[in-house]
Amino acid sequence: MEEIIDTATIVMMVRHATREVLSTMLDLETDSAEPYAESIPPPNSEGVVSFVGLTGERWAGTGCLRSSSVSACHLASRFLMAEYDSVNDDVLDAFAELTNMIIGNLKNDIEQRLGPTGLSIPTVIHGKNFSTRSLKREEWIVVPFHCGTDLLEIRMCLQQRESNTPIVRYGERQEFILSA
Amino acid sequence: MPFDLLIVDDSAAIRKILQRVLLKAEMPIGNIHEAGDGVEALAVLKANKINFVLSDINMPNMDGLQLLSRIRANDEWKSIPVILITTEGSQTKVLEAAHMGATGYVRKPFTPEQINNVLAGLTGANANG
Repeated sequence: MEEIIDTATIVMMVRHATREVLSTMLDLETDSAEPYAESIPPPNSEGVVSFVGLTGERWAGTGCLRSSSVSACHLASRFLMAEYDSVNDDVLDAFAELTNMIIGNLKNDIEQRLGPTGLSIPTVIHGKNFSTRSLKREEWIVVPFHCGTDLLEIRMCLQQRESNTPIVRYGERQEFILSA
Repeated sequence: MPFDLLIVDDSAAIRKILQRVLLKAEMPIGNIHEAGDGVEALAVLKANKINFVLSDINMPNMDGLQLLSRIRANDEWKSIPVILITTEGSQTKVLEAAHMGATGYVRKPFTPEQINNVLAGLTGANANG
């Protein structure tokens, strides 16, 4: 079993999983933009962000979807075949399920390389002027997708755990700073 | 005879999508019940006569495999077909589900045709809804 996945492989897996889910469930074709690494999260976000924790035998990580509120409504409208022009429970639930499907499919690919992998239940956040950060300083791989006029970002962070860490964690802790 | 179904998924979005798929299928569907996890599903099973169960695996409180185990251990429910619909695609989980008595397995993302075909195979109905 390989124990290292390079960035290019992760990007390829993210693109494959995202395209499969968006085309099958939303009948939506996407163009992926240039991926990039990010160690400092963007300040004062607006929109919808969802997180899923991933954990393996020797590593742990987080998968994240992020979009504007308008884009989240567009995606939910296609997913649920109903019109949504503002973020409500249906939109948040659809966004969480998209996260579950995309990161879940990615997990199936990652398992082939890194062995059995656990997936947490998604957490979804909506708001204006908020920031998110992990308690660890880590680097995220960001893969943007253009879906028509909408932008959806898939963010991944996978890290090897300390070899003598005895506890199994279901995802990294996240700290959310909410301000008015 | 119309079939009464139970959809078990912690995502209301997936429950809605499955409801829509089932109602469009050319199958004699009766009541469609919903549950958000295995615990709620057991309560629905106790209170209703259910012909088919469509269930997610990864859910809080009681997951789909635990639910499947409880259904197969109950004399009244053990013959109910249980279809698992999940992002969980690992060979280990698929084999575990089959070993525990899952009737079918559909991976998310799914097309309406995949759901219809699985159910049509069980009911003998026309799947082209």
